[in-house]
Order: sequence, then C-alpha cells, then structure tokens
Amino acid sequence: MSYVLIIGAKSDIAKATAREYAKHGYDLYLAARNVSELEEFVNDITVRTQRTVKPVELDILNYESHQSFYDQLGEKPLGVISAIGYLGDQDKAQSDFSEAKLIMDSNYTGVVSLFNIIADDFEKRRSGFIVGISSVAGDRGRKSNYIYGSAKAALTAYLSGLRNRLYDSRVHVMTVKPGFVATKMTEGMELPKKLTAQPEEVAEDIYKAQQKNKNVLYTKWMWHWVMLIIKAIPEWKFKGISI
Amino acid sequence: MSLMSWGMYPKIKSSVFSYDNEKVLKQIIEEHDELIPYGNGRSYGDSALGANIVNVKPHDYFIDFNEKSGLLHVQAGVLLSEILESFVPRGWFLKVTPGTKFITVGGAIASDVHGKNHHVEGCFSECVKEFTIMTTDGEVVTCSKEAPPELFRATCGGMGLTGVILDAKIYLKKINSKYIDQTTIKTNNLKETFAAFEEYKALPYSVAWIDCLAKSDEIGKCLLMAGDFKDDGKLDYKKKGKLSIPFNFPSFALNNWSVRAFNWLYYGKVKERVSKQKVDIDTFFYPLDAIGHWNRIYGKNGFTQYQFILPKYASYQGLEEILKAISDSGKGSFLAVLKLYGKANENYLSFPIEGYSLALDFKIEKGLFELLDRLDEIVVQYKGRIYLTKDVRVSKETFEKGYPQIEIFRQYRKENKMDTKFQSLQSKRVGI
Ligand SMILES: Cc1cc2nc3c(=O)[nH]c(=O)nc-3n(C[C@H](O)[C@H](O)[C@H](O)COP(=O)(O)OP(=O)(O)OC[C@H]3O[C@@H](n4cnc5c(N)ncnc54)[C@H](O)[C@@H]3O)c2cc1C
Ligand SMILES: NC(=O)c1ccc[n+]([C@@H]2O[C@H](COP(=O)([O-])OP(=O)(O)OC[C@H]3O[C@@H](n4cnc5c(N)ncnc54)[C@H](OP(=O)(O)O)[C@@H]3O)[C@@H](O)[C@H]2O)c1
Repeated sequence: MSYVLIIGAKSDIAKATAREYAKHGYDLYLAARNVSELEEFVNDITVRTQRTVKPVELDILNYESHQSFYDQLGEKPLGVISAIGYLGDQDKAQSDFSEAKLIMDSNYTGVVSLFNIIADDFEKRRSGFIVGISSVAGDRGRKSNYIYGSAKAALTAYLSGLRNRLYDSRVHVMTVKPGFVATKMTEGMELPKKLTAQPEEVAEDIYKAQQKNKNVLYTKWMWHWVMLIIKAIPEWKFKGISI
Repeated sequence: MSLMSWGMYPKIKSSVFSYDNEKVLKQIIEEHDELIPYGNGRSYGDSALGANIVNVKPHDYFIDFNEKSGLLHVQAGVLLSEILESFVPRGWFLKVTPGTKFITVGGAIASDVHGKNHHVEGCFSECVKEFTIMTTDGEVVTCSKEAPPELFRATCGGMGLTGVILDAKIYLKKINSKYIDQTTIKTNNLKETFAAFEEYKALPYSVAWIDCLAKSDEIGKCLLMAGDFKDDGKLDYKKKGKLSIPFNFPSFALNNWSVRAFNWLYYGKVKERVSKQKVDIDTFFYPLDAIGHWNRIYGKNGFTQYQFILPKYASYQGLEEILKAISDSGKGSFLAVLKLYGKANENYLSFPIEGYSLALDFKIEKGLFELLDRLDEIVVQYKGRIYLTKDVRVSKETFEKGYPQIEIFRQYRKENKMDTKFQSLQSKRVGI
C-alpha cells in the first residue's frame, strides 16, 4: 500500500493517528519540525507494523519551503492529515500581537500554504484525501480562547471551501473537530473526564471516518450535540456567559 | 490528582510525576521520597497508590523484535494488548499472560504475574531476558536473572518497590492459530474438581470457575476450562470493539440473588460433563476484557479481590473450609476462580507456590473486612499466602507469615536505600 503524509507528526494526536494508519497497512511520511526527535517513534511503528516510515523536516511557518518540501517526496502520498496547532496564550495574544499572529499562522496561514500545494496535485491526479484537524473552539468564539478559536474557525471555513472545490475531482476533504483531548496541549488543565478523549480514540475515529468519506467529524461524538447547544444560545445571552 | 486502581477503592489524592526522558526521571527520584510507579492501574488494591506517583504508561515504544528468537524489546509502558495486536497476526503470543491484556509490561514484571499455564511456564519473569530499571540514586541498571540476581529477585514480584522499570526484553512464543481447542468439564463438588485438574494437567492452560454459593455436599462444584492452541494457520487477530459499563451501578444491584442467578446461569448452561469448544484468544484468555469498566458493576464504593494460595498438601481441606465460610456468610462473589499452580520460583515476593489458588471478588461493604480477616486465619493456618497485587487490606502479620523471604527483601531494600525512596500505601501497611 502507499503513503499517508502526516503533518505535525510530533503531536500526540498525530502519533496515535500514525500508528492507526500503519496498523491498517499504510506506509507513512511523518513531517515535523526538529524531526530527528521522532527517531524512536519511527522505529516504534516499524517494529509494531513492519511498515515503511519516513521522517521529513517541515516548519509550517516557513512558507517558502512548502513547495520544495512537497516536491522532495518521491512517491506522492495518497492522503494527507494535518495535526498542526498552537493553543498559545490568550491573555498574551490580546496585548501582544506577535503572539496572536503566531497563533493565527500556526493554526491557519501555514496550513493553507501547504494544503494549497497538495490540493493542486491531488486535483490533477483526481484522487486523494485531505484531513485537517480544526477544533470545536472554532464553532463559537469564547473569551477564554477566541484568538485560537478564530484561527480554527478560519481553518474550518477553508476546509469546507476546499471540500466544495475538490468534490468534482473526487478528492475528499474531512474536517476534524476534537473537543477535549488529553495531550501535551492540554497537560495540566483540569478537563471533564466524560468529555475528554484519549489521543488513541481520536485516531480511531479519524481513521474510520476518513475511510467512510465523512465530511465533518466531531470527536468524541457527543461534542456534536454539545456544540449544537452552544451554537443555539442567542448572542445576547451568550455574551454574558462566562465560558 | 485523584487516583484509584481497578477496585476503585481506595480513591486517593496523589501528585503525579511524568517524565520525558531519563534525565527528568532521575531528577524526580533525587528530589522526592515515597515514590511509586504506576502502570495501567489494573492492580485491584493499593500497590500502585501512594503520595507520589510515577506515570510510566506513556512510555510505550516498541524498540526491537528478533524474528528468529522471538525476543521483543519494549518500553515498560507498553500494554500486553498492543503486543498481541502487532504479533498474533505474525504468529507470536505471550509466554505468560494474566486474565486481562490491559496491563503494562512494567506492571507484569512488578507483580510477576502468572496465567492459566503457571503449572507449565511459571511466572512472567520466566520470559524476561533482561530489563533496565532506575533505582534509588537515579542510576540505570540493566538486570537479568544472572546479574545482579538480587535485584532481579527483588524486582520481579517486588511491587514497584525497587525502582522504575524502564524497558524490558521478553521472549514471545510461536503460535499457529488465534483459536484454542477448549474442553469444559463440569464437576459436582470439590473432590471432582481436584480430580479434574489432575486429569487435565497435561494441557498447558487450565482454570476453573467455582460456584461460591453452593452449599453442603455441592461445595466446590465448578466448570473447569482447559485447552491449547489449534494449529490451523488462522492468525487474523484484530482488536474488537467492546461494550462498556458507562457508570457505577447502584450498589444494591449486586446482591446475593443476582450473584446466585449469575452463577446458576453460567453453570446451568453447560449440560454435558465434558464438552468441547473452539474459542478465540480473547474469549479464552480475556473474557472480562470484553466489557470495559466492568468494575463499575460493584457500585461506587468499589470492590476488592481476595486471592490466596495454599500448598498442595493442604489445599483440599483448606479450600473446603474457606468455601464453607463464604457460603455461610452469604456474601456473594461474582467471580471465583480456582487454579492449580506449579513450583514456586526464587523471587522474594512472587505469589505462586505449588498448590491451589482461589480468587474471589467482593463488593466493599460493611462486614466484608471481618469476613476476610476470618478467611486470613484459615489461610495462615494452612500455610498459605495472599496475592499483593489484588490486596487492599491484609494485615502485616498475615502477610509476613505467608512470605518467608520477606526479611531478605526488607534487608535488600534497606541496604540500597530503596525503603524510603519507593513506598506505596500497601508497602507501608504491610511494612515492606
Ligand atoms: C480482570 C483482571 C484479571 C487479572 N488476572 C490476573 C491473573 O490472571 N494473574 C495475575 O497474576 N494477575 C492478574 N491480574 C492483576 C494484574 O495483572 C496485575 O495487577 C498487574 O500488575 C497490573 O499491571 P498494571 O500495568 O495495570 O500496573 P499497576 O496496577 O499500575 O501497578 C501494579 C504494580 O506494579 C508496579 N509497577 C507498574 N509499572 C511499573 C514499572 N514500570 N516499574 C516498576 N514497578 C511498576 C506498581 O508500582 C504496582 O506495585 C488481573 C487484573 C484484572 C483487572
Ligand atoms: N488537545 C486538545 O484538547 C485539542 C482540542 C481540539 C483541537 N485540537 C487540535 O488537534 C491538533 C493536534 O493537537 P494535540 O492536542 O496533539 O497537541 P500538540 O501535541 O501540542 O500538537 C500540536 C503540534 O503542532 C506542531 N506545530 C506547532 N507549530 C508548528 C510549526 N510551526 N511547524 C511544525 N509543527 C508545528 C507542534 O510541533 P512541536 O512538537 O515541534 O511543538 C505539535 O507537535 C491541533 O491542531 C490542535 O489544535 C486539540
């Protein structure tokens, strides 16, 4: 079988997803910055699954490098999954624009730059899948993380447009909206147990949903309903709530 | 952080320490006392609980596998279930596995776990070529049965009290099927049960489910399941979806009558004295893993497992007495598992000795600990011992009487300054 390209491969969700795809017989390109840190993990998947796993260096903020990054992949991947994200510091981002910009660029601009290149190739080939990990935080802006939320909202809109554009070329685009996931990003936060997924659960959900060509995936599933309720609260009321 | 293990009792507040690399772990060990490694929390009692917990499970990398020898090198946080997922399809299985696959390799070594084949293959430590462990001063030691032998004997079965196991090399065994030919033998009393164990001793895997509520001359009646792997080349083993108990049952759900009904259903379903089945790995080895969080059926107060072993010569009499005491108490045990064990190994605190062991689950409720204290007396009287990895309440005296090598273990810990560095609630309770 052929390669799946995983972007932001050092993320806990990405690692679980990489294992999931390798388990199902896919070879992998794992792209991350300081990718040498992934050496032991690359070996882990190889020992577990006997698949070919190739680490590739990628900084999502280095836009100029994206074309050559994609060109250097010998065999082009059948699909790409991006787990890149940066939660950042909301308070800091409110007063320090460089933090706000880093949040927007890491979650949105950088991904757009790379996905544009990949989407063109897949469109020409008339095959492939593109999975972007956005967030429920993009469904409605909240005071506790609206800079991050707005970047994810932009990514969600981008992915839905891309899905629309590539429909005729039979390239499938899936938007993943995790709720809480126990990863490095959320380490130290007190998360409600029932609503918090382990990275492995998210990975399984992504694999299954992608295989079924789902458009939007909420994970855990109950986040779909949680967000329906949150989105249904009228703005005049919402603005007064502390969440 | 609030923590508990499989019995959901006790629930305690602990500080949890995670580490990215050995340097960080070394620092944690240097700066804190009363540390205890935590694997996947499938021990029933308080052996993985304490003031300061070292979280090993995230360290779950596979490092190497040798197709020729079957030697697998993994980090200590790898779950047995992950090993099965990768290696059963390639024709390999664990040499020794307990009744759940959701335990870490570190936890398997620390409890020196055993399976249905103890009478043939012994404990988990038999398949361990070597492991590395970070001990008191943050030093990383590579340890095998040969060198240093004391550390090996103290660590296998040592309940995390010698340091943090980092990785291990373990031998897998070749199989050529994911199916097991199972023979089920239905017996009417303890005498028949013992005879059945002896009769089927040649089969590598065997275990019996006992009806604990049986009275008078039916005491000890059971379903004995014995078997071995088939040889049909079918190895397409996959992870199964599972049911889950979503919340704690109200604690009255598991009263005497529901246990009675369960035992009766289980036992009553089997009609012939001897019957044959073809079952897969998960059904045979891990029947309870099919239902996630089954521990919640005991309600929010939690439960405990009482597992003891008696030397062979005293097993019959001792078991009869204990089963009678349980039956008289009317306290239901959902699960009662009886097993014949082979010879003991040299590890200081490994549980198995040659004889019969019984494991029973009890809901935590008023009067339970009094009953278990009475059972302890019978166990001690017949020179038996209690399994630490299941225990949450045994007294120092009962524990010490069962483990004659305890002084060697204590001395070893003291000499190597492990006694203050590594401590669990359990080690404090039983004074080790
Ligand atoms: C349904 C069920 C069935 C079971 N059946 C059996 C059976 O048939 N036979 C059997 O022997 N046991 C059985 N057990 C018990 C279980 O196998 C042991 O308790 C095992 O040790 C649990 O491993 P864990 O990874 O969950 O460790 P934990 O429960 O987290 O810890 C158990 C002990 O190991 C220590 N430990 C964990 N990781 C490390 C490490 N890296 N370094 C040093 N010490 C460490 C802890 O300090 C603690 O003392 C069963 C348990 C369940 C829930
Ligand atoms: N955890 C949650 O609760 C949650 C909820 C909803 C959505 N999500 C989303 O899920 C995705 C995965 O997150 P996670 O929870 O697994 O967190 P994570 O471990 O922090 O992963 C984020 C990854 O993005 C990478 N990254 C950030 N900036 C980068 C850059 N400039 N170039 C290359 N890589 C960069 C990081 O790389 P480094 O390792 O090099 O820093 C990190 O590996 C993210 O998109 C996140 O927003 C998470």
